[in-house]
Amino acid sequence: MIPAAFDYKRAGSAAEAISLVGEYGEDAKFIAGGHSLLPLMKLRLAQPSVLIDIGRLSDLSYITDAGDHIAIGALTRHMDVEKSAVLAEHVPLLANAAGYVGDAQVRHRGTIGGSIAHADPASDLPATTLALGATYVVQGPGGTREIAAKDFYLGFLESALAPDEILTEIRVPKMGGAGWNFQKFNRRAQDWAIVGVAAWRDGTRSGVGLVNMGSVPILATQVSDAIAAGASIEDAAQLAAADAEPQADLNASVEYRTHLAQTLVRRALAASTR
Amino acid sequence: MQISVTVNGTTHTDDVEPRTLLVHYVRENLGLTGTNVGCDTSSCGACTLHLNGEAVKSCTILAVQADGQDIATIESLAAADGTLHPMQQAFMENHGLQCGYCTPGMVMASIGLLNENPNPTEEEVRYGLEGNLCRCTGYHNIVKSVLAAAATAGSK
Repeated sequence: MIPAAFDYKRAGSAAEAISLVGEYGEDAKFIAGGHSLLPLMKLRLAQPSVLIDIGRLSDLSYITDAGDHIAIGALTRHMDVEKSAVLAEHVPLLANAAGYVGDAQVRHRGTIGGSIAHADPASDLPATTLALGATYVVQGPGGTREIAAKDFYLGFLESALAPDEILTEIRVPKMGGAGWNFQKFNRRAQDWAIVGVAAWRDGTRSGVGLVNMGSVPILATQVSDAIAAGASIEDAAQLAAADAEPQADLNASVEYRTHLAQTLVRRALAASTR
Repeated sequence: MQISVTVNGTTHTDDVEPRTLLVHYVRENLGLTGTNVGCDTSSCGACTLHLNGEAVKSCTILAVQADGQDIATIESLAAADGTLHPMQQAFMENHGLQCGYCTPGMVMASIGLLNENPNPTEEEVRYGLEGNLCRCTGYHNIVKSVLAAAATAGSK
């Protein structure tokens, strides 16, 4: 399958990328690793008239200890997130979750920023960064702004990013001594999750993100509220789908997804409880 | 758009449409048909080659994205006199292929895997090759081949 024809521009900097998208308008799309966008273009589900390649902005590929949080450049590849010693020490849940994205070849190309900007509720890292209370830094013609992960996802493949803005950095709070676990249920090793769960817990504090349980990645706040109020893991996990709006598809009915979410949240919280 | 890529040690400069996929460029412009197109949806791994030394799926990369980069395909492995690469030899000796369609991708992914982890466990081999499908379902012997190649490299 070959994508529809488009013009190709390679940006040398984030500022140039923003200027290029200003020039070409809403039919232009940014491409980083391309592992979400190119499959859509091959199926003609996306037909941008101009691709602006930001894949070579190597100054946006980094993982830095910034004190209370870890700063991750948007162009950092999944493989580099998975293998990061800094993340293994301070945000092990994110490093672990990155290892579940696609397969090794995909992780060599796909980037954390691309995955988040694509805003696919079935992707692993949007829900994981949501559970971790991440903040996204975006740059536009007027400068930079920060968007909390919980305010970022607006609908299916729809985010708070304006068409002329580019995601530049992901800031993830350090996890301290929190326990954590990532659960991914799928049919084939490399598939998207039918349901996935990213969870951490530190005593009465917790965060639970749900993959593929609605049109956006879901923060299971009622589960965390129950844990904070002293509920058992079993009782809290029963609320797994309370904040979600799961949809039926080829792989799962609504009831099956709801059951999976409850089971996986129970397992993830049990493994996160120290 | 004009691109210049080094493929198996030779630099090629060509005009390509921006929408040309890397796998099509390698197969059709350069005539290197060892790299197969399988699913064409970045699931099966038949199109796996090395981009700057790392295994990637060339059906999901534009040729223009590879401009200025270094590519190695299955054709780069065997020596001019026909001596097989140790990974190819291990696949042959361990019956790591049946119909052979997934084999170029499997071999390139396996070499990439050992580059990153020279002494993998069986589980790590299975995890590392999760992006490559064998529709003959010959996985056991493929895993055996990779472990044998790792052991051979380790004993040298």
